[in-house]
Amino acid sequence: MEPLTWGGVFAGMFVRFIPVWIALIVAFALSLRFKRRLGLFGKLFDSPVGMTGFGIVMFWVFTAIFADMISTMDPLGQFSGSKNALVGAALKAPDEGAYTHFLLGADHVARDVFSRMVMGARDVLKIAPAATVFAFMVGVTLGLPAGYFGGKLDTGLSFLANLVLAFPVILLFYLLVTPEIVQTGIPIYFAAVLFIFPIVFLVLLFQSRYFTNPPKRNLYVGLTLLFGLWAYSGLAFNMDPIGLFSMDPNLLNVFVSVVFVNSPGVYRIVRGMVMDIKTRDYVAAGQTRGEGPWYIMLWEILPNARGPLIVDFCLRIGYTTILLGTLGFFGLGVSPESPDWGSTIDDGRKLLSIVPHPALVPALALMSLVLGLNLLADGLREESLKD
Amino acid sequence: MLLFILRRLGVMLLTALALTFIVFYLTNLPPNLEKLAKSEASVRMTDDQVVSWIENNGFNAPVVSRYAQWLGVMPGWTKTLDTGEVRGRCIARGQDPATVASYCGLLQGTWGMSTVFKKPVTEVLGRGLGQTGWLMLAVMLVMVPTSLLLGVLSGMREGSRTDRVLSTFAIATTATPEYVSGVIFIALFASATTGISPLLASWGWIEGKTLFMGTATSAMDDITFWNFALPVMTIALYGIGYIARMTRASMTEVMTAQYIRTARLKGVSFGQVVLKHALRNALIAPFTVIMLQFPWLLNGVVIVETLFNYKGFGWTLVQAAGNNDIELLLGCSVVAVLVVLVTQLISDIGYVFLNPRIRLS
Repeated sequence: MEPLTWGGVFAGMFVRFIPVWIALIVAFALSLRFKRRLGLFGKLFDSPVGMTGFGIVMFWVFTAIFADMISTMDPLGQFSGSKNALVGAALKAPDEGAYTHFLLGADHVARDVFSRMVMGARDVLKIAPAATVFAFMVGVTLGLPAGYFGGKLDTGLSFLANLVLAFPVILLFYLLVTPEIVQTGIPIYFAAVLFIFPIVFLVLLFQSRYFTNPPKRNLYVGLTLLFGLWAYSGLAFNMDPIGLFSMDPNLLNVFVSVVFVNSPGVYRIVRGMVMDIKTRDYVAAGQTRGEGPWYIMLWEILPNARGPLIVDFCLRIGYTTILLGTLGFFGLGVSPESPDWGSTIDDGRKLLSIVPHPALVPALALMSLVLGLNLLADGLREESLKD
Repeated sequence: MLLFILRRLGVMLLTALALTFIVFYLTNLPPNLEKLAKSEASVRMTDDQVVSWIENNGFNAPVVSRYAQWLGVMPGWTKTLDTGEVRGRCIARGQDPATVASYCGLLQGTWGMSTVFKKPVTEVLGRGLGQTGWLMLAVMLVMVPTSLLLGVLSGMREGSRTDRVLSTFAIATTATPEYVSGVIFIALFASATTGISPLLASWGWIEGKTLFMGTATSAMDDITFWNFALPVMTIALYGIGYIARMTRASMTEVMTAQYIRTARLKGVSFGQVVLKHALRNALIAPFTVIMLQFPWLLNGVVIVETLFNYKGFGWTLVQAAGNNDIELLLGCSVVAVLVVLVTQLISDIGYVFLNPRIRLS
């Protein structure tokens, strides 16, 4: 079998990515069609920067979704005799009906770089957005009362937040993401504290709004508690009675550390915005009406702070992606075999100056995803400032 | 002003104590001590032997008391073994217990021994910090002028073509963490098979096989452009985008101020307005940002020193953490925490000095 030329490689990749192209076209067509009815999201399509960012981000999201269809080989499979195979090299002995070329070459143990990159997208996009959501829940739930009530609560929480922010991230990771820490059970305590916040947030959200309407309140709060505590028992303590929710101890450790590092930043932003917004007239009107403090915080202040929060959310997913990559780069990631981009860069860097492609491919992938998120955030900021 | 500085110093001290205690606690967890016992004494120890080793070496005392001893505010432990040998925190092997001081901790200048390098922690750290100092100096010399220039140029005329191009560049660099840009730089400039080096070599423009060197190990003795440019660029690039964006934001704000319009209407040329009226006020905000970049630079230093094999502070930290070298890791953390807190203090105080609108009393 002949090796592919560069043109062949690009054509091959284009064909493999066909599900992604179709999904992208559908997503763009629908968004453009209903642009005027989609609020801030629709306005995004007025800015070329935002649209480019959205396109790049969705490319990776769809890649993660369709990863099984796109990848050409098993990301963990090793093909003997193809160590460090060049871009477009042919397989020595392809199986019947299997893909015949290494589209982007093979790495130092002869695994397909292209398939690893595609599967790595799934790994990254599984953890980064979820960790950011949890960090936001923690930051919002603590930042709202700190900014609204001020006083001792604010002083105490802000001191804690500054404490975490003053920690050099890399040192924290080296201390928290080790096999020894998993033995001591510290990640579980962390998870027990951090994972309770989404439940607290949702319960407060429904309680403050519907406490005058008990049937509705009981329904919403009850459902939140039922599903929340079910997921909580599974995710934090691995004690889900049915076994639907569970998390590998190493993954839990990585996840918890990333949430922990991110939440003080969110806290600071939320606190600052609440301090600004609470002087507005509509807050005073709410207070005069006799609304409770949590109603004002969650239903009056929070919706009015959504613009900067959405922008920060996009930026923070990018930052989390970088953090996950850093963890992988230092070999602290989920598992040594895992195809996530950080670990793959770490694997490839030993032979970097001789065979660069195994490290270069995930590096470019990570860069493009973060770039897309930054552009998306920039577009959103521009459009939300226009009102 | 004095009161403000004193209060800041108080909070800083409290933060430093809390952070070092957290690090102390996390490095002294039972599994880490077990590992230390096995690596120091013998790998094939039984569980009982491990327990007695931990006891004989003073690791079984409560964490708070050990922390106080390590800090040097409590006298170090002493213990008489069954064999009659007297051991203690401050007593080195073969030293007469009667002659040693009873306090030996951080405050007394005793930072302990590194188990990886078999040298005092202060010596290992001193050497590493010296190497990293050169790296940071070079990074600052590249990063600060470049980013300020980019920021001022793009903020000067908001929305112009220059602004668009430079802003996109800034976004792209903030999306490129050090481990990505480092990999790309090596592939482009320091690989014998890809990038521009093979091309230049075939034209006979360069003597060696590669244009730049892929490792900075040789820079530890003799810094040259060819072995130092890539690590410096890698660290600087990530910061450039961020500082440039902050400068741009501050510059655009200043450029819309009334006094700038007045100056323009008086007939002062655009260049003069930018240099004489806008620049000084626009550079207040970036000053704090540059100072607050230090924690991030620390991150970059660790990554780049690992990637380019430059044996400075970051490399030392990785070695300490990877090999369970508790004393050295504690030393590294103290340095890191101090760097972060001191730069925060400088940025706070500097901001007050630079910006006359802020009054503290």
